[in-house]
Amino acid sequence: MIEPCVSSAEPRFQLDYPINESDFLAAGESASKTKKALQQLGLKPEVVKNSAIIVYEAAMNIVIHATSGRLKVIIVRDEVVIRAEDTGPGIPDIELAMQEGYSTAPHEIREMGFGAGMGLANMKHCSDELIVESEPGVGTILEARIHLGQKESPREIR
Amino acid sequence: MTLRDIKDILDAEVLCGEDLLDKEVKTGFACDLVSEMLAFAGSGNLIITSLKNPHVIHTAEVMDAVGVVFVGGRNPNLALAKQIENSQVPLLATDLLMFKCCGLLFQHGVLGTKRGCIQ
Ligand SMILES: Nc1ncnc2c1ncn2[C@@H]1O[C@H](COP(=O)(O)OP(=O)(O)OP(=O)(O)O)[C@@H](O)[C@H]1O
Ligand SMILES: [Mg+2]
Repeated sequence: MIEPCVSSAEPRFQLDYPINESDFLAAGESASKTKKALQQLGLKPEVVKNSAIIVYEAAMNIVIHATSGRLKVIIVRDEVVIRAEDTGPGIPDIELAMQEGYSTAPHEIREMGFGAGMGLANMKHCSDELIVESEPGVGTILEARIHLGQKESPREIR
Repeated sequence: MTLRDIKDILDAEVLCGEDLLDKEVKTGFACDLVSEMLAFAGSGNLIITSLKNPHVIHTAEVMDAVGVVFVGGRNPNLALAKQIENSQVPLLATDLLMFKCCGLLFQHGVLGTKRGCIQ
C-alpha cells in the first residue's frame, strides 16, 4: 500500500472529510469547501480548480462504488496532495477502470448524471501524479499530487 | 452577450444570482453527465443541462461556470431549494427543451467550448 504522504514533512494545511456510502451531498460539499479553502490560501486558480475536481471525483467514487472512506487534502512542500482511502469492493483491474468510458455504475446512478466512466481519467488529467492501489474485497487508496507551480491544466492542452 | 440577454432569449426564470446577470457569456457546454462537465468544460462556460439535482450546482461551482441553464421546466425541483439558495453561480431555468435552447443560444453568438461543438 502507498506510504502515507506526510511521513517526512509537517503539512502546512490539512482538510479531512469522512465520506459515506450514498452521501452524495457530502461529496459535493467537500469539493466546494476544498475550493474555497485553497482559494483563501491564494493558490493559483488552475491548482485550485484541479484540486477541487479531483476531490469531487474521488469523493463521488467513494459514495458510489465503496462503503465508506476518508478524504484528505494536504499541502506538503510544493504540492497539494489529495488522498482518498475507502473500505469497499476495491478495483480488480485498475488499468481497465482508468479507461475513459469504463463504468460499473448502476442505472440509478447514471440517471443522476454520474457513471460516464470518466472520473479516474479526469483525475489523471488534472494531477501531476496519480497513484491508485486497490485490494479486491478490502478497499482502495488513491493519491493525487498537484504541483503548486502547475502552469496550465494538462486537461486543457490535451 | 450577458446572462441577462440569455434570460430574455430563453424566456428563463432566474432561480438565483439576480445580481450577477451582467456577467459575460462567450461559450456554452450542454451536457447531462457530471464527469463530462468536469472533463471537457473549461472555466467561464455556461452549462446547459436537463439534470435537475444539487450535483450540477456543486459541479458548476467547482468548474468556475459562469452560470447554469436548466432546460425542460421552469419549476425548480424542491430537492434543489437549499442548494439554489446557497449557490455561488447564477442559475436560470427555462421551459425550452435542450435542442431549442442550444440552437437559440448558438444563433445569438454563444459558441461551443474547446472540446464542445464548432468554434
Ligand atoms: N473507490 C472505488 N471503489 C471501487 N471501485 C471503484 C472505485 N473507484 C472507481 N471504481 C471502479 O472504476 C470504475 C471507473 O471509475 P470512474 O470514476 O472512472 O468512472 P465512474 O465512477 O463509473 O463514472 P464517472 O466518474 O464518470 O461518474 C467505476 O465504475 C468502478 O467500477
Ligand atoms: Mg467516478
